[in-house]
Amino acid sequence: MSKTYYDPADLRKFGNITEWDEELGNKFFDYYGKVFEEGALTAREKSLIALAVAHTEQCPYCIDAYTKDTLQRGVTKEEMMEAIHVGAAIKSGATLVHGVQMMNKVNKLDG
Amino acid sequence: MAIKSLKKRESDLAKSNKQLEILSNGIFKNGELPTFKDKIAETNQFPLKAKKLEILQINVGYMCNQVCEHCHVDAGPDRKEIMTRETMKQCLEVIKNTEAHTLDLTGGAPEMNPDFRWFVEEASKAGIKDFIVRSNLTIIRANKKYYDLPEFFKKHNVHVVSSMPHWTRGKTDKQRGDGVFDKSIKALQELNTVGYGIPDSNLRLDLVYNPSGAFLPGDQASMEKDFKKALMEDFGIQFHNLFAITNLPIARFLDYLIASENYEDYMYQLVEAYNPAAVANVMCTNTLSVSWDGYLYDCDFNQMLELPVNSKVKHISEYNKDLLEGRNIVISQHCYGCTAGAGSSCQGSVA
Repeated sequence: MSKTYYDPADLRKFGNITEWDEELGNKFFDYYGKVFEEGALTAREKSLIALAVAHTEQCPYCIDAYTKDTLQRGVTKEEMMEAIHVGAAIKSGATLVHGVQMMNKVNKLDG
Repeated sequence: MAIKSLKKRESDLAKSNKQLEILSNGIFKNGELPTFKDKIAETNQFPLKAKKLEILQINVGYMCNQVCEHCHVDAGPDRKEIMTRETMKQCLEVIKNTEAHTLDLTGGAPEMNPDFRWFVEEASKAGIKDFIVRSNLTIIRANKKYYDLPEFFKKHNVHVVSSMPHWTRGKTDKQRGDGVFDKSIKALQELNTVGYGIPDSNLRLDLVYNPSGAFLPGDQASMEKDFKKALMEDFGIQFHNLFAITNLPIARFLDYLIASENYEDYMYQLVEAYNPAAVANVMCTNTLSVSWDGYLYDCDFNQMLELPVNSKVKHISEYNKDLLEGRNIVISQHCYGCTAGAGSSCQGSVA
């Protein structure tokens, strides 16, 4: 067994998940590939969204993959950092907006 | 800190045999990754053979005013390897008689060769369809004696191909040195002023993009769109095409990969992105590379690795079309750089 939960080399083996369920694995990778194709959004825009989500999901594999992918698309460090701040703002906003629920409850119980 | 050439640093990697040793050992020796030879054999593409000569690429010297972080030539101001007029005359004999449609002058900064202008004047008389000079742009602004280069290029209908790693100052200067971005922008504006790079103009101006680190270039057409938009909006600059070129793991880029512990990951990336369709169009099959001292190589990269052509003919003075055509191309693991993704050549993507 590996000594750590995450091994960067495992990212290269992602495709191997099809070995234990070919049909679902292939369906997933087909879908994944299609999602990232140039569409109403450019592939570059999609890559930046993926980078932000990789951070909010705190997925180390995705962070490695989309840092490289955005670099390949000529994205600058400033753009990358701004993108993950968008993710962070939504994450913290999602936490704080629940403050209203807390306030409602306090007002009800102790208003 | 200013970068110095590997040669100046007396680095082990300044020796081509040391580079070749690294490219053959480790992950390629222990079978973790297939050698380039085994990989192309899978699709019956080994041995690669030279086809009809289309591009004659001449390296007129390794001297350069810049010391870029990833230079595959290990060029710099300290490099003294410069083509003599005598060797140029031998090249001219071939240029006059060749059926190649493209003549491609490179370096170093080719303009720093003291006989550069004489050579361009003579070579332009041969009437080759596409006459390229690979200019690093900053040379045009480096010294008064170079200020008229845009006019000189125009006079001889030279096709200018210039490196421009990014449309932002930060990324460009990181790779090519402080101040390079501003000088390059100024040089591009001057080239535009004399008519280079304008849509429908016959004065061709193309840019070369190569990644600033241990990653592969993105899609050439998308990058071109981004470059055009940014350079036009920010500086009013126009150019024709963008060539996206992959960094090959040799010389200073190899040194960078090893020092930054990216070597194995980078080789994995190249091998995983291997594209047999790109192999069919690799530039070594239609190009001949001539070194500053007149020796012949399958490509500029093999020249830097001191891997001469596999032919009885070794020198431009003995040039013989029939003996060179059909020769087996000399390969090693650096060749994966030209077959990754959409492929890579001095003219950009190939697949």
